[in-house]
Amino acid sequence: MKRSLLVKRRKPAVRTRGASSRARPQRRVVVLVATRKGAWLYHGDAARKTWRADGPHFLGHVISHVALDPRDGRTLLAAAKTGHLGPTVFRSTDLGRTWKEAAQPPAFAKAPAAGQGRAVDHTFWLTPGHASEPDAWYAGTSPQGLFRSEDGGVTWKPFSSINDDPQYRKWMGTVQDGTPDGPKLHSIIVDPRDPAHLYFAMSGGGVHESVDGGRTWAPLLKGLDVVEGFDRAQPTFHDPHCVRICPSNPDRLYQQNHCGIYRLDRPSDEWVRIGKRMPTAVGDIGFPLVLHPRDADTAWVLPMDGTSVWPRTSPDGRPAVYATRNGGKTWQRLDAGLPGKQAWWTVKRQAMTGDASDPVGLYFGTTSGELWMSRDEGRRWTCIARHLPEIYAVEAAELT
Amino acid sequence: MRVLIPGALRSYTAQSEAEASGATLAAVLADLDRAYPGIRFRMIDEQDRIRRHIRIFVNGDQVRDLSQPLNATDEVIIVQALSGG
Repeated sequence: MKRSLLVKRRKPAVRTRGASSRARPQRRVVVLVATRKGAWLYHGDAARKTWRADGPHFLGHVISHVALDPRDGRTLLAAAKTGHLGPTVFRSTDLGRTWKEAAQPPAFAKAPAAGQGRAVDHTFWLTPGHASEPDAWYAGTSPQGLFRSEDGGVTWKPFSSINDDPQYRKWMGTVQDGTPDGPKLHSIIVDPRDPAHLYFAMSGGGVHESVDGGRTWAPLLKGLDVVEGFDRAQPTFHDPHCVRICPSNPDRLYQQNHCGIYRLDRPSDEWVRIGKRMPTAVGDIGFPLVLHPRDADTAWVLPMDGTSVWPRTSPDGRPAVYATRNGGKTWQRLDAGLPGKQAWWTVKRQAMTGDASDPVGLYFGTTSGELWMSRDEGRRWTCIARHLPEIYAVEAAELT
Repeated sequence: MRVLIPGALRSYTAQSEAEASGATLAAVLADLDRAYPGIRFRMIDEQDRIRRHIRIFVNGDQVRDLSQPLNATDEVIIVQALSGG
Protein backbone atom coordinates (compact mmCIF):
# COMPACT_ATOMS: atom_id res chain seq x y z
CA MET A 1 0.00 0.00 0.00
CA LYS A 2 1.06 3.50 -0.64
CA ARG A 3 0.91 5.50 2.55
CA SER A 4 1.42 9.08 1.53
CA LEU A 5 -0.80 10.59 -1.04
CA LEU A 6 -1.65 14.07 -2.00
CA VAL A 7 -3.55 14.68 -5.13
CA LYS A 8 -2.06 17.12 -7.54
CA ARG A 9 -4.83 18.82 -9.34
CA ARG A 10 -5.81 22.14 -10.63
CA LYS A 11 -7.38 24.45 -8.12
CA PRO A 12 -11.13 23.89 -8.10
CA ALA A 13 -13.61 26.59 -8.76
CA VAL A 14 -15.24 26.85 -5.37
CA ARG A 15 -18.83 27.89 -5.58
CA THR A 16 -20.91 28.68 -2.60
CA ARG A 17 -24.35 29.88 -1.85
CA GLY A 18 -24.66 32.61 -4.38
CA ALA A 19 -24.64 30.07 -7.16
CA SER A 20 -27.81 28.37 -5.98
CA SER A 21 -29.88 31.50 -6.44
CA ARG A 22 -29.44 31.46 -10.20
CA ALA A 23 -32.41 30.16 -12.15
CA ARG A 24 -31.88 26.62 -13.28
CA PRO A 25 -33.98 24.73 -15.80
CA GLN A 26 -35.95 22.03 -14.04
CA ARG A 27 -35.74 18.47 -15.24
CA ARG A 28 -38.04 15.63 -14.31
CA VAL A 29 -36.88 13.77 -11.25
CA VAL A 30 -37.17 10.04 -10.73
CA VAL A 31 -36.67 8.69 -7.23
CA LEU A 32 -35.19 5.20 -7.09
CA VAL A 33 -36.26 3.31 -4.00
CA ALA A 34 -34.54 0.06 -3.04
CA THR A 35 -36.19 -2.04 -0.37
CA ARG A 36 -35.88 -5.37 1.34
CA LYS A 37 -38.66 -6.69 -0.90
CA GLY A 38 -38.14 -5.01 -4.25
CA ALA A 39 -37.59 -1.69 -5.99
CA TRP A 40 -39.84 1.17 -6.94
CA LEU A 41 -39.35 4.17 -9.21
CA TYR A 42 -41.28 7.34 -8.38
CA HIS A 43 -41.62 9.70 -11.31
CA GLY A 44 -42.24 13.32 -10.36
CA ASP A 45 -44.09 15.95 -12.32
CA ALA A 46 -42.24 19.10 -13.33
CA ALA A 47 -43.08 20.76 -10.00
CA ARG A 48 -42.17 17.65 -7.97
CA LYS A 49 -45.64 17.75 -6.42
CA THR A 50 -47.20 14.55 -7.67
CA TRP A 51 -45.43 11.25 -7.99
CA ARG A 52 -46.26 8.22 -10.11
CA ALA A 53 -45.21 4.87 -8.68
CA ASP A 54 -43.57 2.45 -11.07
CA GLY A 55 -43.18 -0.89 -9.37
CA PRO A 56 -42.63 -3.19 -7.77
CA HIS A 57 -39.61 -4.28 -9.71
CA PHE A 58 -38.11 -7.56 -8.48
CA LEU A 59 -40.87 -8.14 -5.92
CA GLY A 60 -39.50 -10.25 -3.10
CA HIS A 61 -35.87 -9.64 -3.98
CA VAL A 62 -33.61 -7.89 -1.49
CA ILE A 63 -32.56 -4.75 -3.38
CA SER A 64 -29.72 -2.93 -1.67
CA HIS A 65 -29.26 -0.12 -4.16
CA VAL A 66 -30.60 1.16 -7.48
CA ALA A 67 -28.57 3.76 -9.36
CA LEU A 68 -29.12 5.65 -12.59
CA ASP A 69 -26.21 6.32 -14.89
CA PRO A 70 -25.98 10.12 -15.10
CA ARG A 71 -23.90 9.78 -18.26
CA ASP A 72 -26.80 8.50 -20.35
CA GLY A 73 -29.81 9.24 -18.13
CA ARG A 74 -31.52 5.90 -18.69
CA THR A 75 -29.30 2.99 -17.67
CA LEU A 76 -30.17 1.59 -14.26
CA LEU A 77 -28.23 -0.90 -12.19
CA ALA A 78 -29.87 -2.76 -9.31
CA ALA A 79 -27.99 -4.73 -6.67
CA ALA A 80 -30.10 -7.77 -5.83
CA LYS A 81 -30.28 -11.04 -3.96
CA THR A 82 -33.06 -13.06 -2.42
CA GLY A 83 -33.37 -14.87 0.85
CA HIS A 84 -32.38 -18.09 -0.93
CA LEU A 85 -30.35 -17.04 -3.93
CA GLY A 86 -26.91 -15.52 -4.18
CA PRO A 87 -26.14 -11.93 -5.10
CA THR A 88 -26.32 -10.45 -8.55
CA VAL A 89 -26.70 -7.20 -10.43
CA PHE A 90 -29.50 -6.43 -12.86
CA ARG A 91 -29.19 -3.86 -15.61
CA SER A 92 -31.78 -1.92 -17.54
CA THR A 93 -31.07 0.32 -20.50
CA ASP A 94 -34.65 1.55 -20.79
CA LEU A 95 -35.26 3.05 -17.37
CA GLY A 96 -36.62 -0.14 -15.86
CA ARG A 97 -38.96 -1.36 -18.58
CA THR A 98 -36.76 -4.43 -19.06
CA TRP A 99 -33.94 -5.87 -16.98
CA LYS A 100 -31.09 -8.22 -17.77
CA GLU A 101 -28.83 -9.95 -15.29
CA ALA A 102 -25.10 -9.26 -15.23
CA ALA A 103 -23.15 -12.02 -16.95
CA GLN A 104 -20.51 -11.93 -14.21
CA PRO A 105 -21.72 -10.30 -10.98
CA PRO A 106 -19.27 -9.12 -8.32
CA ALA A 107 -17.52 -12.17 -6.82
CA PHE A 108 -14.28 -12.58 -4.93
CA ALA A 109 -11.37 -14.47 -6.42
CA LYS A 110 -11.38 -18.19 -5.79
CA ALA A 111 -9.14 -18.99 -2.83
CA PRO A 112 -6.32 -21.48 -3.40
CA ALA A 113 -7.42 -23.56 -0.42
CA ALA A 114 -10.86 -25.11 -0.78
CA GLY A 115 -13.48 -23.46 1.37
CA GLN A 116 -11.17 -20.75 2.72
CA GLY A 117 -12.12 -17.79 0.59
CA ARG A 118 -14.77 -15.13 1.06
CA ALA A 119 -18.04 -15.03 -0.81
CA VAL A 120 -20.02 -11.92 -1.63
CA ASP A 121 -23.23 -11.95 0.39
CA HIS A 122 -24.69 -8.94 -1.35
CA THR A 123 -23.62 -6.03 -3.47
CA PHE A 124 -24.37 -3.05 -1.29
CA TRP A 125 -23.26 0.07 -3.13
CA LEU A 126 -23.15 1.13 -6.79
CA THR A 127 -21.27 4.17 -8.07
CA PRO A 128 -21.12 5.25 -11.73
CA GLY A 129 -17.60 5.86 -12.98
CA HIS A 130 -16.07 9.11 -14.15
CA ALA A 131 -17.72 11.05 -16.96
CA SER A 132 -14.72 10.29 -19.16
CA GLU A 133 -15.22 6.54 -18.67
CA PRO A 134 -18.77 6.02 -19.92
CA ASP A 135 -19.04 2.28 -19.21
CA ALA A 136 -17.19 2.23 -15.89
CA TRP A 137 -19.00 1.42 -12.64
CA TYR A 138 -17.82 0.60 -9.14
CA ALA A 139 -19.48 -1.71 -6.64
CA GLY A 140 -18.98 -2.22 -2.93
CA THR A 141 -20.04 -5.45 -1.30
CA SER A 142 -20.71 -7.18 1.97
CA PRO A 143 -18.39 -8.51 3.23
CA GLN A 144 -16.10 -5.67 2.24
CA GLY A 145 -15.03 -5.86 -1.37
CA LEU A 146 -14.41 -3.39 -4.17
CA PHE A 147 -15.26 -4.20 -7.78
CA ARG A 148 -15.20 -2.43 -11.13
CA SER A 149 -17.07 -2.96 -14.34
CA GLU A 150 -15.84 -1.55 -17.63
CA ASP A 151 -18.78 -2.67 -19.70
CA GLY A 152 -21.69 -0.90 -18.07
CA GLY A 153 -22.24 -3.48 -15.33
CA VAL A 154 -22.32 -6.66 -17.43
CA THR A 155 -19.10 -8.11 -16.00
CA TRP A 156 -17.31 -7.17 -12.78
CA LYS A 157 -13.72 -7.63 -11.70
CA PRO A 158 -12.36 -7.50 -8.14
CA PHE A 159 -9.75 -5.03 -6.93
CA SER A 160 -7.11 -7.38 -5.55
CA SER A 161 -5.39 -4.31 -4.04
CA ILE A 162 -8.21 -4.28 -1.50
CA ASN A 163 -9.98 -7.61 -1.57
CA ASP A 164 -6.86 -9.76 -1.31
CA ASP A 165 -4.43 -7.41 0.42
CA PRO A 166 -3.39 -8.95 3.78
CA GLN A 167 -3.35 -5.59 5.55
CA TYR A 168 -6.76 -4.58 4.24
CA ARG A 169 -8.17 -8.01 5.06
CA LYS A 170 -6.97 -7.55 8.61
CA TRP A 171 -8.55 -4.12 8.84
CA MET A 172 -11.83 -5.51 7.52
CA GLY A 173 -12.12 -7.88 10.49
CA THR A 174 -14.58 -10.72 10.42
CA VAL A 175 -18.29 -10.85 9.71
CA GLN A 176 -18.85 -10.46 13.46
CA ASP A 177 -16.97 -7.15 13.43
CA GLY A 178 -19.25 -5.42 10.99
CA THR A 179 -22.73 -3.96 10.85
CA PRO A 180 -25.63 -6.21 11.88
CA ASP A 181 -26.44 -7.33 8.35
CA GLY A 182 -22.81 -7.75 7.40
CA PRO A 183 -19.70 -5.57 7.12
CA LYS A 184 -19.82 -3.31 4.11
CA LEU A 185 -17.72 -1.38 1.64
CA HIS A 186 -19.62 1.75 0.70
CA SER A 187 -19.33 5.43 -0.20
CA ILE A 188 -17.28 4.80 -3.34
CA ILE A 189 -16.39 8.25 -4.63
CA VAL A 190 -14.82 9.24 -7.94
CA ASP A 191 -13.26 12.71 -8.04
CA PRO A 192 -15.09 14.51 -10.87
CA ARG A 193 -11.76 16.11 -11.88
CA ASP A 194 -9.72 12.93 -12.00
CA PRO A 195 -10.91 9.37 -12.71
CA ALA A 196 -7.86 7.94 -10.92
CA HIS A 197 -8.65 9.72 -7.65
CA LEU A 198 -10.94 7.48 -5.62
CA TYR A 199 -12.25 7.18 -2.09
CA PHE A 200 -14.23 4.47 -0.33
CA ALA A 201 -15.32 3.68 3.19
CA MET A 202 -15.80 0.48 5.13
CA SER A 203 -18.03 -0.35 8.09
CA GLY A 204 -15.87 -1.28 9.72
CA GLY A 205 -12.49 -0.39 8.39
CA GLY A 206 -12.37 3.36 7.86
CA VAL A 207 -12.02 5.72 4.92
CA HIS A 208 -9.41 5.13 2.22
CA GLU A 209 -8.02 6.99 -0.78
CA SER A 210 -6.26 6.14 -4.01
CA VAL A 211 -4.70 8.54 -6.51
CA ASP A 212 -3.68 5.87 -9.01
CA GLY A 213 -6.99 4.37 -10.05
CA GLY A 214 -7.07 1.86 -7.22
CA ARG A 215 -3.66 0.24 -7.62
CA THR A 216 -2.63 1.50 -4.20
CA TRP A 217 -4.62 2.86 -1.27
CA ALA A 218 -4.03 4.65 2.01
CA PRO A 219 -6.22 5.23 5.07
CA LEU A 220 -7.66 8.69 5.61
CA LEU A 221 -8.52 8.69 9.28
CA LYS A 222 -6.83 11.60 11.03
CA GLY A 223 -9.19 13.49 13.31
CA LEU A 224 -11.87 10.79 13.38
CA ASP A 225 -13.09 9.52 16.73
CA VAL A 226 -13.63 5.88 17.57
CA VAL A 227 -15.62 4.25 20.32
CA GLU A 228 -14.07 4.97 23.71
CA GLY A 229 -11.36 2.55 24.67
CA PHE A 230 -10.34 1.61 21.14
CA ASP A 231 -7.21 2.67 19.30
CA ARG A 232 -8.00 5.32 16.70
CA ALA A 233 -4.77 4.53 14.88
CA GLN A 234 -6.26 1.21 13.81
CA PRO A 235 -8.52 1.45 10.74
CA THR A 236 -10.46 -1.61 11.87
CA PHE A 237 -12.03 0.39 14.72
CA HIS A 238 -13.34 3.14 12.45
CA ASP A 239 -16.94 3.07 11.31
CA PRO A 240 -17.76 5.69 8.68
CA HIS A 241 -21.47 5.49 7.91
CA CYS A 242 -21.58 7.70 4.82
CA VAL A 243 -18.99 9.83 3.03
CA ARG A 244 -19.85 12.35 0.30
CA ILE A 245 -17.79 14.67 -1.89
CA CYS A 246 -19.06 18.17 -2.67
CA PRO A 247 -20.10 18.38 -6.32
CA SER A 248 -19.29 22.10 -6.33
CA ASN A 249 -15.94 21.70 -4.57
CA PRO A 250 -14.40 18.22 -4.83
CA ASP A 251 -11.69 19.23 -2.37
CA ARG A 252 -14.33 19.14 0.36
CA LEU A 253 -15.79 15.95 1.81
CA TYR A 254 -18.33 15.42 4.55
CA GLN A 255 -18.80 12.31 6.60
CA GLN A 256 -21.48 10.91 8.89
CA ASN A 257 -19.62 8.53 11.14
CA HIS A 258 -20.59 6.20 13.96
CA CYS A 259 -18.77 8.79 16.08
CA GLY A 260 -20.06 12.07 14.74
CA ILE A 261 -20.27 14.36 11.71
CA TYR A 262 -17.06 15.53 10.02
CA ARG A 263 -15.76 17.75 7.23
CA LEU A 264 -12.48 17.43 5.40
CA ASP A 265 -10.90 20.14 3.23
CA ARG A 266 -8.11 18.84 1.07
CA PRO A 267 -5.18 18.93 0.83
CA SER A 268 -5.51 18.59 4.59
CA ASP A 269 -5.86 15.00 5.70
CA GLU A 270 -7.48 15.85 9.02
CA TRP A 271 -11.22 15.51 9.50
CA VAL A 272 -12.90 18.16 11.66
CA ARG A 273 -15.83 17.11 13.86
CA ILE A 274 -18.46 19.66 12.86
CA GLY A 275 -21.17 17.64 14.62
CA LYS A 276 -20.07 19.08 17.94
CA ARG A 277 -22.19 22.09 17.03
CA MET A 278 -25.36 20.00 16.87
CA PRO A 279 -27.80 20.37 19.81
CA THR A 280 -26.58 18.23 22.69
CA ALA A 281 -29.97 16.60 23.17
CA VAL A 282 -29.96 15.44 19.55
CA GLY A 283 -26.32 14.56 19.11
CA ASP A 284 -24.45 13.97 15.89
CA ILE A 285 -25.05 10.28 15.33
CA GLY A 286 -26.85 9.07 12.23
CA PHE A 287 -26.41 7.23 8.96
CA PRO A 288 -27.05 9.33 5.82
CA LEU A 289 -25.63 12.67 4.77
CA VAL A 290 -26.63 14.77 1.76
CA LEU A 291 -24.71 17.62 0.14
CA HIS A 292 -25.94 20.58 -1.84
CA PRO A 293 -25.17 20.25 -5.55
CA ARG A 294 -24.02 23.88 -5.86
CA ASP A 295 -23.14 25.05 -2.36
CA ALA A 296 -20.23 23.38 -0.61
CA ASP A 297 -21.23 24.93 2.73
CA THR A 298 -24.62 23.24 2.82
CA ALA A 299 -25.22 19.72 4.09
CA TRP A 300 -28.15 17.83 5.57
CA VAL A 301 -28.15 15.01 8.11
CA LEU A 302 -30.88 12.99 9.79
CA PRO A 303 -29.88 12.31 13.38
CA MET A 304 -30.52 9.02 15.13
CA ASP A 305 -30.49 8.31 18.84
CA GLY A 306 -27.00 7.11 19.73
CA THR A 307 -27.43 7.08 23.49
CA SER A 308 -27.53 4.19 25.96
CA VAL A 309 -28.10 1.02 23.91
CA TRP A 310 -28.11 2.92 20.61
CA PRO A 311 -31.78 2.75 19.57
CA ARG A 312 -30.86 4.32 16.21
CA THR A 313 -34.31 5.92 16.03
CA SER A 314 -35.33 9.55 15.75
CA PRO A 315 -34.32 11.24 19.02
CA ASP A 316 -37.33 11.57 21.37
CA GLY A 317 -39.56 10.10 18.65
CA ARG A 318 -39.53 13.44 16.83
CA PRO A 319 -37.87 13.06 13.43
CA ALA A 320 -35.98 16.01 12.04
CA VAL A 321 -33.47 16.81 9.36
CA TYR A 322 -30.69 19.17 10.38
CA ALA A 323 -29.03 21.49 7.89
CA THR A 324 -25.87 23.48 8.00
CA ARG A 325 -25.43 26.41 5.62
CA ASN A 326 -21.94 27.34 6.77
CA GLY A 327 -19.89 24.18 6.59
CA GLY A 328 -20.91 22.94 10.03
CA LYS A 329 -20.51 26.05 12.17
CA THR A 330 -24.23 26.07 12.96
CA TRP A 331 -27.14 23.68 12.39
CA GLN A 332 -30.82 24.34 11.83
CA ARG A 333 -33.64 21.95 12.69
CA LEU A 334 -35.97 21.24 9.75
CA ASP A 335 -39.07 19.31 10.79
CA ALA A 336 -42.08 21.14 9.35
CA GLY A 337 -44.49 18.54 8.07
CA LEU A 338 -42.80 15.64 9.84
CA PRO A 339 -44.57 13.91 12.75
CA GLY A 340 -44.18 15.89 15.98
CA LYS A 341 -44.25 12.90 18.31
CA GLN A 342 -44.19 9.11 18.56
CA ALA A 343 -42.35 8.56 15.27
CA TRP A 344 -39.49 6.22 15.98
CA TRP A 345 -37.93 6.20 12.56
CA THR A 346 -34.70 4.71 11.37
CA VAL A 347 -33.20 5.97 8.10
CA LYS A 348 -30.32 3.98 6.67
CA ARG A 349 -27.13 5.38 5.20
CA GLN A 350 -28.23 5.10 1.57
CA ALA A 351 -31.81 6.11 2.23
CA MET A 352 -31.49 9.89 1.99
CA THR A 353 -30.57 11.91 -1.05
CA GLY A 354 -31.06 15.15 -2.93
CA ASP A 355 -31.77 16.14 -6.49
CA ALA A 356 -29.98 18.84 -8.48
CA SER A 357 -32.97 21.15 -8.90
CA ASP A 358 -33.16 24.68 -7.61
CA PRO A 359 -34.32 24.73 -4.89
CA VAL A 360 -32.88 21.34 -4.09
CA GLY A 361 -35.33 18.51 -3.49
CA LEU A 362 -34.52 16.24 -0.56
CA TYR A 363 -35.77 12.68 -0.14
CA PHE A 364 -35.53 10.00 2.50
CA GLY A 365 -37.06 6.62 3.18
CA THR A 366 -37.63 4.95 6.52
CA THR A 367 -37.19 1.36 7.54
CA SER A 368 -40.93 1.44 8.24
CA GLY A 369 -41.57 2.00 4.54
CA GLU A 370 -42.38 5.69 4.23
CA LEU A 371 -40.90 7.90 1.54
CA TRP A 372 -40.70 11.62 2.34
CA MET A 373 -39.56 14.60 0.31
CA SER A 374 -39.05 18.33 0.53
CA ARG A 375 -39.07 20.50 -2.56
CA ASP A 376 -37.61 23.51 -0.73
CA GLU A 377 -34.35 22.24 0.74
CA GLY A 378 -35.96 20.86 3.89
CA ARG A 379 -38.18 23.74 4.97
CA ARG A 380 -41.35 21.67 4.50
CA TRP A 381 -41.72 17.90 4.22
CA THR A 382 -44.43 15.78 2.63
CA CYS A 383 -44.91 12.02 2.53
CA ILE A 384 -45.06 10.71 -1.01
CA ALA A 385 -45.40 6.98 -0.31
CA ARG A 386 -46.40 4.80 2.61
CA HIS A 387 -46.59 1.07 3.26
CA LEU A 388 -43.50 0.14 1.30
CA PRO A 389 -41.20 -2.60 2.58
CA GLU A 390 -38.18 -1.64 4.65
CA ILE A 391 -36.38 1.04 2.64
CA TYR A 392 -32.67 0.45 2.13
CA ALA A 393 -31.70 3.12 -0.40
CA VAL A 394 -33.13 6.22 -2.06
CA GLU A 395 -31.57 7.94 -5.06
CA ALA A 396 -32.90 10.95 -6.94
CA ALA A 397 -31.95 11.17 -10.58
CA GLU A 398 -32.75 13.76 -13.18
CA LEU A 399 -34.02 12.52 -16.50
CA THR A 400 -32.36 13.97 -19.55
CA MET B 1 -30.50 -36.32 -16.20
CA ARG B 2 -33.59 -34.76 -14.74
CA VAL B 3 -33.08 -31.73 -12.52
CA LEU B 4 -36.00 -30.32 -10.56
CA ILE B 5 -35.83 -26.54 -10.31
CA PRO B 6 -37.28 -24.62 -7.35
CA GLY B 7 -39.63 -21.69 -7.90
CA ALA B 8 -36.97 -19.13 -7.04
CA LEU B 9 -34.85 -20.25 -10.00
CA ARG B 10 -37.54 -20.64 -12.63
CA SER B 11 -36.88 -17.13 -13.89
CA TYR B 12 -33.88 -18.83 -15.51
CA THR B 13 -35.44 -22.07 -16.76
CA ALA B 14 -39.06 -20.99 -17.24
CA GLN B 15 -40.03 -24.51 -16.20
CA SER B 16 -39.91 -26.73 -13.14
CA GLU B 17 -37.60 -29.31 -14.71
CA ALA B 18 -34.46 -29.16 -16.78
CA GLU B 19 -32.18 -31.66 -18.45
CA ALA B 20 -28.47 -31.57 -17.69
CA SER B 21 -25.61 -34.00 -17.95
CA GLY B 22 -22.32 -34.63 -16.20
CA ALA B 23 -20.36 -37.23 -14.25
CA THR B 24 -20.45 -35.25 -11.01
CA LEU B 25 -22.81 -32.80 -9.35
CA ALA B 26 -20.37 -30.01 -10.22
CA ALA B 27 -20.45 -31.01 -13.88
CA VAL B 28 -24.24 -31.15 -13.91
CA LEU B 29 -24.47 -27.67 -12.41
CA ALA B 30 -21.94 -26.38 -14.94
CA ASP B 31 -24.01 -27.89 -17.74
CA LEU B 32 -27.12 -26.30 -16.28
CA ASP B 33 -25.33 -22.94 -16.23
CA ARG B 34 -24.42 -23.25 -19.90
CA ALA B 35 -28.10 -23.69 -20.73
CA TYR B 36 -29.28 -21.06 -18.25
CA PRO B 37 -26.46 -18.54 -17.74
CA GLY B 38 -26.16 -17.22 -14.22
CA ILE B 39 -28.19 -19.93 -12.50
CA ARG B 40 -25.21 -21.64 -10.87
CA PHE B 41 -23.92 -18.55 -9.06
CA ARG B 42 -27.29 -18.05 -7.43
CA MET B 43 -26.88 -21.53 -5.84
CA ILE B 44 -23.11 -21.96 -5.49
CA ASP B 45 -20.77 -19.23 -4.28
CA GLU B 46 -17.39 -18.26 -5.73
CA GLN B 47 -15.63 -20.67 -3.36
CA ASP B 48 -17.74 -23.56 -4.68
CA ARG B 49 -19.82 -23.77 -1.53
CA ILE B 50 -23.53 -24.49 -1.72
CA ARG B 51 -25.26 -21.34 -0.54
CA ARG B 52 -26.79 -21.26 2.92
CA HIS B 53 -30.42 -21.54 1.90
CA ILE B 54 -30.00 -23.95 -0.98
CA ARG B 55 -30.19 -27.73 -0.60
CA ILE B 56 -29.47 -30.32 -3.28
CA PHE B 57 -30.79 -33.87 -3.16
CA VAL B 58 -29.79 -36.77 -5.41
CA ASN B 59 -32.30 -39.62 -5.47
CA GLY B 60 -33.69 -38.31 -2.21
CA ASP B 61 -30.40 -38.00 -0.33
CA GLN B 62 -28.93 -34.63 0.52
CA VAL B 63 -25.58 -33.96 -1.16
CA ARG B 64 -23.12 -31.42 0.20
CA ASP B 65 -20.10 -32.26 -1.92
CA LEU B 66 -20.06 -31.01 -5.48
CA SER B 67 -17.65 -33.78 -6.45
CA GLN B 68 -20.32 -36.39 -5.77
CA PRO B 69 -20.41 -38.82 -8.76
CA LEU B 70 -23.71 -39.03 -10.59
CA ASN B 71 -25.28 -41.47 -13.04
CA ALA B 72 -27.32 -40.51 -16.03
CA THR B 73 -30.43 -42.00 -14.43
CA ASP B 74 -30.10 -40.04 -11.19
CA GLU B 75 -32.61 -37.40 -10.28
CA VAL B 76 -31.33 -34.11 -8.90
CA ILE B 77 -33.66 -31.94 -6.85
CA ILE B 78 -32.68 -28.40 -6.00
CA VAL B 79 -34.58 -27.03 -3.03
CA GLN B 80 -34.84 -23.51 -1.63
CA ALA B 81 -34.40 -24.08 2.09
CA LEU B 82 -36.06 -21.98 4.76
CA SER B 83 -35.25 -18.31 4.63
CA GLY B 84 -37.65 -16.39 6.76
CA GLY B 85 -39.65 -13.24 6.79
